Amino acid sequence: MKLILHVWRQKSAGQVGQLVRYEHTKVNEHMSFLEMLDVLNEDLIARGEDPIAFDHDCREGICGMCGFMINGVAHGPQRGTTVCQLHMRHFNDGDELYLEPWRAKAFPVVKDLVVDRSAFDRVVAAGGFISIPAGSPQDANTILVPKKNADLAMDAAACIGCGACVAACPNAAAALFTGAKIAHLGLLPQGQPERYDRALNMVAQVKAEAFGYCTNIGECEAVCPKEIKLEVIARMNRDFTKASWTQRGDKFKNDSA
Amino acid sequence: MELQSKSPSGPIESRWDRHKFDLKLVNPANKRKYNIIVVGSGLAGASAAASLAELGYNVKCFCFQDSPRRAHSIAAQGGINAAKNYQNDGDSIYRLFYDTVKGGDFRARESNVYRLAQISVNIIDQCVAQGVPFAREYGGTLANRSFGGAQVSRTFYARGQTGQQLLLGAYQALERQVHTGKVKMFARTEMLELIVADGRARGIICRNLVTGKTETHLADAVVLGTGGYGNVFYLSTNAKGSNCTAIWRAYKRGALMGNPCFTQIHPTCIPVSGDYQSKLTLMSESLRNDGRIWVPKKTGDQRPPNQIPEAERDYYLERKYPSFGNLVPRDVASRNAKQVCDEARGVGTGLGVYLDFADAIKRLTVDGVRERYGNLFDMYERITGQNPYEVPMRIYPAIHYTMGGLWVDYNLMTTVPGLYAIGEANFSDHGANRLGASALMQGLADGYFIIPYTIGDYLAQTKLEKIDNNHAAVRDAERAVMEKTNRLLSIKGKRTVTSFHRELGKLLWDKCGMARNEAGLKEALKRIPELREEFWKNVTVLGSGEELNQSLENAGRVADFLEFGELMCLDAQHRNESCGGHFREEFQTPDGEALRDDERYSYVAAWEYTGPNKPAVLNKEPLSFEYVHPTQRSYK
Repeated sequence: MKLILHVWRQKSAGQVGQLVRYEHTKVNEHMSFLEMLDVLNEDLIARGEDPIAFDHDCREGICGMCGFMINGVAHGPQRGTTVCQLHMRHFNDGDELYLEPWRAKAFPVVKDLVVDRSAFDRVVAAGGFISIPAGSPQDANTILVPKKNADLAMDAAACIGCGACVAACPNAAAALFTGAKIAHLGLLPQGQPERYDRALNMVAQVKAEAFGYCTNIGECEAVCPKEIKLEVIARMNRDFTKASWTQRGDKFKNDSA
Repeated sequence: MELQSKSPSGPIESRWDRHKFDLKLVNPANKRKYNIIVVGSGLAGASAAASLAELGYNVKCFCFQDSPRRAHSIAAQGGINAAKNYQNDGDSIYRLFYDTVKGGDFRARESNVYRLAQISVNIIDQCVAQGVPFAREYGGTLANRSFGGAQVSRTFYARGQTGQQLLLGAYQALERQVHTGKVKMFARTEMLELIVADGRARGIICRNLVTGKTETHLADAVVLGTGGYGNVFYLSTNAKGSNCTAIWRAYKRGALMGNPCFTQIHPTCIPVSGDYQSKLTLMSESLRNDGRIWVPKKTGDQRPPNQIPEAERDYYLERKYPSFGNLVPRDVASRNAKQVCDEARGVGTGLGVYLDFADAIKRLTVDGVRERYGNLFDMYERITGQNPYEVPMRIYPAIHYTMGGLWVDYNLMTTVPGLYAIGEANFSDHGANRLGASALMQGLADGYFIIPYTIGDYLAQTKLEKIDNNHAAVRDAERAVMEKTNRLLSIKGKRTVTSFHRELGKLLWDKCGMARNEAGLKEALKRIPELREEFWKNVTVLGSGEELNQSLENAGRVADFLEFGELMCLDAQHRNESCGGHFREEFQTPDGEALRDDERYSYVAAWEYTGPNKPAVLNKEPLSFEYVHPTQRSYK
């Protein structure tokens, strides 16, 4: 297989980037998308050209480190699939592909297809947890969780934090990511004591980062490699709205939004 | 060197409790005066960093990925063992201890393993309290499944994403401490050197992977939770970034390396498809609960699987091991797969066996199977393009986990005072073979429930001098890092880093993989130094050290693998017996099972670095078994 690739090349955060055209003739249909880039990079190195930088680690679709736009779609054309799990059999000989990094103000480009997603860590740090220090909690089976709740919590907890939802959103909102964590913990009995503070604190942090607002477009759900449902945003909004009435503190005093 | 395991004596049930009581404490007000470095943010690293910060220590945590949540623990699929006996099927702490010692082929320390089994119970409590969404029964209680090497159901799981959910639990605990300011997190920062000043571990030298700057961090103790060295084989189920640099640097600064030849081959991975292959993907061992493994009886049978009648199939594990069947431990399952493929009965490319769910689908329906393994089946289909609900999966063994690692005492301290190794980075607990669903257990046991106690004992008893960046040891370590970076960039040879890594990996897989022999190991020991020499003459690393440079990162890691691989082969060559994952072809029973030599090899091999171009020195920690008496493992 042969492909024409147009890849975003940008030396570092402060510099101007551009799309660079590559003809790739060594593509095999069994390769993963990242293996296809590996082969291209080996060729580039052999020619003395700087290889394309892209983030990746587990290559099993679970660590959430990889991800870029392929022809304008986050993680490319296959539903429910990260780029590392996307295989070349889904492309045709002669295809022309445009590879670009996630585009969002909250995710500044580091180099080529690599972006800085540390904003996500700060959103979790603001409240995406249950405060239980290591020690001796009660026996696990004394907390009963209805199977349905456990399953719904697991659906939401499957988020890998890759950032595709933000990249796909015209507003660059982090609602699906944040909603997924709020839904996961809010559905479990263990998550109840901090449920409303969690919603307030995480949403406040989302605002403090450069994410946009959710306007229920749904692109995020369409590209999510873990197929997290929009429903989690509804759960977040409900918790946030309730919290805003019942336990709104100083945090939102000067908030005009 | 005299190895002090500090393993307590007395009745095994009370050893850890008594030991904990004997450990010195640091009072709460003093804890905030201590700084601790934790390298790695997987299950072991993240749980240790969070727990130490909860106690009041000042923690700096490092990972090379862009976020601590990426650590490779996240990819563990199947589950985590705990001796809860929720299923009322006769499980107990003692049984988990027994299974683990036996599963490890009698090459682990009994005291450590018993403690691990004891703590397993607390881990589940802790994780549930954190909100880890484990699978549940309709009544709301926790669900369990069985796993290889055990005859009880003691494995807790969260679909096929148990590692992910446990890691996110630890990550969230870590981020909570980041928010309070007790943990300072350094992502995209790779440890390249250990600082040993006045005989004690006092800090690390790192490279900031974004700016390329070399950074020095000093502390009162250093904890390595940097995972295993499986990527020395190039193709493994490890993440692409997983590497041995941190533990190798520690080794070269005086920490002993324990049992490096004990590597685990996982029996159920997706077979290699071509020479561009960058990694191998595991299919959880839990699939062996319901899938049946078989190959055609005839050699060279090219028919598609659905055209091979029942009578012409060989369900070889069920045939040879009727009591454990498809659930034999990993080393046994892997070796048998190799054996049938060596007999030219392999399927697909010839290096594969079928894992067939037709019977399970009949019994549980397609939906029932999807409920249990849906995400694994989807992943298989994404990678291979075949639908495993209709066509049997093809699987083949691949390197998955490394039991060897830095030698540690009962307190998880290496032979360098103040340097600890936790999780897969150390050698302890699993002996020569790890049982399924035990890696997650060990990582979290070390991080949540062992290191928080034992590190205080060291700090309370040790008078640490203040040191700063002008200390000779700091300067020396900084210089070593700079020199290595500059050297890698200045070679400007003809071969890429990956081509060296591939060649090393192929060599090790062939000579020091699933089966090893004296002649092959000799060959590898001759070839590795040659390859290393060529690397340092002919590798090409483009770009500079002052930017994000993934080739440079990789080059440093491969340079260390080129040294590590040699020690691994040396260890494999010296151990003239077969045990667990270490199968020496010269030492097997008439029916092809591993033949241990307890007379001569019932010890931990702890290798000591003695200087460049000098042979590593072997130290032995004898193992004694007071409770579980060594027998030939039998799963028949």
